Amino acid sequence: MKFNRILKTIFLTEFIIALAIAIKEMFQPSKTLNYPHEKGPISPRMRGEHALRRYPSGEERCIACKLCEAVCPAQAITIESTERPDGSRKTTRYDIDMLKCIYCGLCEQSCPVEAIVQGPNFEFATETREELYYNKSKLLDNGDRWESVLAKNIKLDKPYR
Amino acid sequence: MEYLSLLSQELYKILFVLIPVLVSVALIVWLDRRVWGLVQKRRGPNVVGPFGLLQTVADALKYIFKEIIIPASSDKTIFILAPIVTMTLALVAWAVIPISETLVLADINVGVLYLFAVSSLGVYGIIMGGWASNSKYPFLGAIRSAAQMVSYEVSIGIIIINVLLCVGSLNLKEIVLAQQNMWFVVPLFPMFVIFFISALAETNRPPFDLPEAEAELVSGYQTEYSGMMYAMFWLGEYANILLMCAMGSILFLGGWLPPVDLFPFNLIPAPVWMISKIILLFFLFALVKAIVPRYRYDQLMRLGWKIFLPFSLFYVVLTASFLFYFDLLPTRSF
Repeated sequence: MKFNRILKTIFLTEFIIALAIAIKEMFQPSKTLNYPHEKGPISPRMRGEHALRRYPSGEERCIACKLCEAVCPAQAITIESTERPDGSRKTTRYDIDMLKCIYCGLCEQSCPVEAIVQGPNFEFATETREELYYNKSKLLDNGDRWESVLAKNIKLDKPYR
Repeated sequence: MEYLSLLSQELYKILFVLIPVLVSVALIVWLDRRVWGLVQKRRGPNVVGPFGLLQTVADALKYIFKEIIIPASSDKTIFILAPIVTMTLALVAWAVIPISETLVLADINVGVLYLFAVSSLGVYGIIMGGWASNSKYPFLGAIRSAAQMVSYEVSIGIIIINVLLCVGSLNLKEIVLAQQNMWFVVPLFPMFVIFFISALAETNRPPFDLPEAEAELVSGYQTEYSGMMYAMFWLGEYANILLMCAMGSILFLGGWLPPVDLFPFNLIPAPVWMISKIILLFFLFALVKAIVPRYRYDQLMRLGWKIFLPFSLFYVVLTASFLFYFDLLPTRSF
């Protein structure tokens, strides 16, 4: 061992330097967020909780083409449809099993009318499994609740799709 | 009847020591986590109560309501006894710690010996817990812990001899009073450093937390414990750390004495000095936890037996010959 190295070992130089650094770092602002009160920025492309959107007239966008059902790699989506008296095809059932879903975003990409989208909400934990089997009314509710954010995000992300 | 009143009086005194110790253990756990978090630029516990001060209370409540799982193949009696022994021994030692000249539960003549004996017995709790679990990781953790604590106890013992040479008494109060002119940290500084490092090893703190090296041994001797039993191990561990800090401040930092016996300092009451010294030492403990990586087991043993033990023995000879040569040996009238 070199003489310098021995001196360093005996006088714990490196340890004392580490202590000084630690004390200095203690007074720096922390890098973590105070989560429930502070939240980090979310990209417009965020793939969070699903929502079914409506047209401004209040009519559902979904035309029951079942592309999302077909593309879904986890087979989390179940759709049943019927023809309305006015001749339009609409869904009678639109279920997403949020526990099966892998949040890949393929349903959103496959949708020709921007009906099914994944919004910025990621805080939808529940206490029972059953609450995470979303049905059509729940999804439409989500769409109504998040519509302003969803429309903005779709507009922001349009150039890249 | 007289006996009963005496008993209740003693009980009252014991509670007067026990409750502050338990409360300060709770606060010290919070301080530990907070310091650790701040050094790593996190926030640490800050939700429960003001500044998260009540975090430990919340944790303890959680542990109380959790199920206690006793492994089927374990030795049930010893398995249950182990955390009780650990915690009792950690708390029993506080009986002789003087917080000020008058605030001490048992002012006995062999205080240091008592402290040393009780903290040595602490190994039993861990051995019992690890062995009675009848499972490989707890057993390995317990063996490591026992070997480690025994090795470092030797060097701590010899360090204490250094102090005793300068004092000439085993009474903790007299040890503090002997430091009125100069704290022992000044003449015995190398011993203080070694005492601090040995205390880290003795209480299984990082960088010597090999008994619960989570990367290798899950969590060592605590692996099979859950609920309140785990919490008792945990409380015992922190009570031991606090005890080591108290011991360090009594032996080296002049206990309840102010740094200099001058106007602004001697206005502050004695217990405040004592407590602030304990907290200062604990702060160092917490900082060390945040900055050092874990030792390898053979390095740990080498440090204890090949470096600390010879060096502290050498220092005993040095101190003794210095005191003898300059005729400074303390004299005691028996």
